[in-house]
Amino acid sequence: MIALALPAQDSGTFTPPGIDEMHLPAILPWGAHEGFSKQMLLVILSVVIIATFFILAARKQQLVPGKLQFAGEMAYGFVRNSIAKDIIGGRDFIKYVPLLFSLFFFILVNNIYGAIPYIQLPSFSHVGGAYVLAAIVYVTWIGIGLKKNGIKYFKLATVPSGVPWYILPIVVPIEIISNFLVRPVTHSLRLFATMLAGHLIVMLAGSGIEFLVMQENVLLKGASVLVLVGAVAMYMLEALIMALQAYVFTLLTAIYIEGALHADSH
Amino acid sequence: MNQLIISAATEGEESASPLTPNVWEMGVVLVGFAVLLFIVVKFVVPMFEKTFAERAEAIEGGIAKAEKAQAEASAALEEYKQQLTDARAEANRIREEARAEGAQILADLKAKAAAESARITEQAHAQIESERQAAVVALRSEVGTLATTLAGRIVGEALTDDERSARVVDRFLADLESQNAGAAK
Repeated sequence: MIALALPAQDSGTFTPPGIDEMHLPAILPWGAHEGFSKQMLLVILSVVIIATFFILAARKQQLVPGKLQFAGEMAYGFVRNSIAKDIIGGRDFIKYVPLLFSLFFFILVNNIYGAIPYIQLPSFSHVGGAYVLAAIVYVTWIGIGLKKNGIKYFKLATVPSGVPWYILPIVVPIEIISNFLVRPVTHSLRLFATMLAGHLIVMLAGSGIEFLVMQENVLLKGASVLVLVGAVAMYMLEALIMALQAYVFTLLTAIYIEGALHADSH
Repeated sequence: MNQLIISAATEGEESASPLTPNVWEMGVVLVGFAVLLFIVVKFVVPMFEKTFAERAEAIEGGIAKAEKAQAEASAALEEYKQQLTDARAEANRIREEARAEGAQILADLKAKAAAESARITEQAHAQIESERQAAVVALRSEVGTLATTLAGRIVGEALTDDERSARVVDRFLADLESQNAGAAK
């Protein structure tokens, strides 16, 4: 990654890596502009990793779990209890556990790629995947709302109860825009933007260090250490954000589903 | 390598906006996520839920068993306590009975002893009385004889006639008795 983002070494000017550097050449055919990209490979790999791990962990079904089973149960129990049960509650929550569970670990693994050396590419630093997941969630919660409340759901979701009639002309458009238009956009872009920004910072720091080290001036060479320290701190922050964004995305999904399930009481 | 990227980026003319998605990547994510969701729905969640349910059942079964054992133990304890109380009461009762019996025996013995002593006293009295009578009788005849002998010796042969002497003795004794009675009075 760093090697690929090398600035022009012969000149004294530093050209920072930009958005265009986010698009690596394809793997298949090798080096082509369009084709089977590294992101695609990583997404497929994440499915294999998650499925393999959890099937291995859950397979034994012992009452007293071993280490692997315990780890799997901890991970599963986190999504099941801390997200699905706490937010959705009731008896219904178990129906939505598979979706929330898949979302959480799919996003988590794909984000953590960005913190692993040599892979160092969060899949959602390309916006396509984030759009797809947000769209799945969007369709899901609207479907749940319609199934639960019928066509009346749109009224329930946009006309808040207890608001004086003369404010409704202002409130209803705001509700429509925020719930049905802005919500999926923010849901997807939040994930994508944090991953893109984190990846850009890592790239920037990497190329910056390389540029400084190549300088003739000893002081400038030494300054690369400062950048390195900053880069390590940013790397830690990024790792935190990677996990946090997976949690936020899943949590918001649970909140949207809960809102659709109990639209009549909101 | 560097040249390659730059040239590749510039070749794709409208590649600038990062918000424009790559359709193929979207497809890969959609299919990948669908496969993952399918595996999770079909295998992972049922397996975990089954384990959780079995574990809850095992724990609840264990609790029920423990509760049963607890109940049995407390019932046994109650029984033992009851038995202990019964045994204490029994011991008390026996002790009371023994005490009463002892008192009874003591009283009986006392009564018996009193009766015996009364009987002995009675007997002694009777014996003394009869002996006194005997002594009186013996003395009467002896005193008569002795007096007669004495008087005969003094008076001589005259008094050898039995009939007369007997009359004299009797008169003498009667005098003596009446004197005695008078003294006693």
